[in-house]
Amino acid sequence: MKRGFTILGIVTALLLSIALYTALAWAPTEQTMGHVQRIFYYHVSSAWTAFLLFSLNFISSIVYLVKRNEKADIFALVSAEVGLVFCTVVLVTGPIWAKPVWGIWWDPADIRLNSTLALWLIYISYLILRRFSTSSRIGVIAAVWGIFGALDVPFVFFSIWFFRTQHPSPVIAKGGSLDPKMWIAVLINWAAFMCLAWLVCWTRYRLEVAQREVHEAEAMQSLMEGAR
Amino acid sequence: MNTNPLHYLYAAYVATWVIHGTYLYILARKAARIRKEIEKLKSSG
Amino acid sequence: MSFLAIARATLAKDVRLEWRSKDAINAMLFFSLLVVVIFSFAFDPTAEESRRIAGGLVWVAFLFAAIVALNQTWARELRNQVLDAYRVSPAPATPLFIAKALGNFLFVGVLEVLMTPLFVMFYKLRPLGLGWELVPVALLGTWALVVNGTFFAAMSLRTRAREIMLPLLLFPLSIPALLGMVNATTAILTGEESPAFWIALLVAYDVVFTTACLLLFETVLEAE
Repeated sequence: MKRGFTILGIVTALLLSIALYTALAWAPTEQTMGHVQRIFYYHVSSAWTAFLLFSLNFISSIVYLVKRNEKADIFALVSAEVGLVFCTVVLVTGPIWAKPVWGIWWDPADIRLNSTLALWLIYISYLILRRFSTSSRIGVIAAVWGIFGALDVPFVFFSIWFFRTQHPSPVIAKGGSLDPKMWIAVLINWAAFMCLAWLVCWTRYRLEVAQREVHEAEAMQSLMEGAR
Repeated sequence: MNTNPLHYLYAAYVATWVIHGTYLYILARKAARIRKEIEKLKSSG
Repeated sequence: MSFLAIARATLAKDVRLEWRSKDAINAMLFFSLLVVVIFSFAFDPTAEESRRIAGGLVWVAFLFAAIVALNQTWARELRNQVLDAYRVSPAPATPLFIAKALGNFLFVGVLEVLMTPLFVMFYKLRPLGLGWELVPVALLGTWALVVNGTFFAAMSLRTRAREIMLPLLLFPLSIPALLGMVNATTAILTGEESPAFWIALLVAYDVVFTTACLLLFETVLEAE
């Protein structure tokens, strides 16, 4: 276990360095946007990672509701938290990219950023619900919320998509195809961030297991003290 | 463009690592706290 | 008792109790009036502009009024340990949920009916599109808020800061429904676009989430 973790750590560090190089130097410079376009490699790979993690949250929520397996509950929590970190990266790098390229920080008709914002809000409320709940069966409640959140995603997407067709947007959607070297750069960055996500999830998972064991032990201890 | 566009590029990359770094720091603090709680349990248990 | 009988009985009881103790109703009526007045002070547009923004204003006002109503959905049941009784008995709790949701729907609907003429007056609203289309929009939109709101109110029963938890849960999830309500209303008021897509979106949203709420209410109740 410990060795697997170390190997993953080394692989992650290597991949991230290679990915950084491809993003900043190896990939060709885009014609219209110039070097600023390189933000794209971090922005898109983080988005894909975040969406994957949120999908994993959805799946583990269902698994937990059906099987009531505590591992599923812990994984739901972990995937939501780490997914939220990557989602934050998307929401921060997006406007930083938008400003120099399209002149505005935020476009209300931009479907991708607005959908991501809605997802971000849903998962923040997921984590707040988990933290504030005093119910002993918070896993079930959180799982139900995870499912509701996932059900909402297609609606968010379609509503903003239609909204965009009615509102003129200064953001010109990138319709053209990517240079193949750019595609490779995106995929390498995605692989690197997926490894990072795996590493962080693994860490957070172990932390949560330890935390729960400590709480149980503390509860046991106060029970026994009370019995004395 | 009055601000050098490269500044935006650097800002985005730095921001990404600040966000990841902050989360990892929060996890490290959590780990330290759990370790302290385990010590307390071991000594009193 | 049959499903329908339980639902009807619970709903009738709620309506009767609310009608007798007019406190809650009066407080909420006054709150709704205040919201309209404050909005009219805060936003003072021309008749042309007001048609564009009224959709958003009206639904934000309805949303806040709905939150006030939704927050006390389960208060009486909590006080009288009704929920514990449902947990213990083999009878399904779903008719209870439907009755609560319908009760909230009626209640928020009444608030909307009372607030609307005030909005029309303050903002000199006159729909340029088909005015009657506002009715299905209001019905679908209100149900979207109320069905999820009633469900999340149950989910947040055992949380600290319960009153803030409900809007925290309801707002993000309702974003597509809110987009639907606001844009449909604006489309009808300005007459510039057809609200058809937004109404279809609201219908789909209502169907999906009503089903989800009905299927998962028991689960949530048992977990509380």
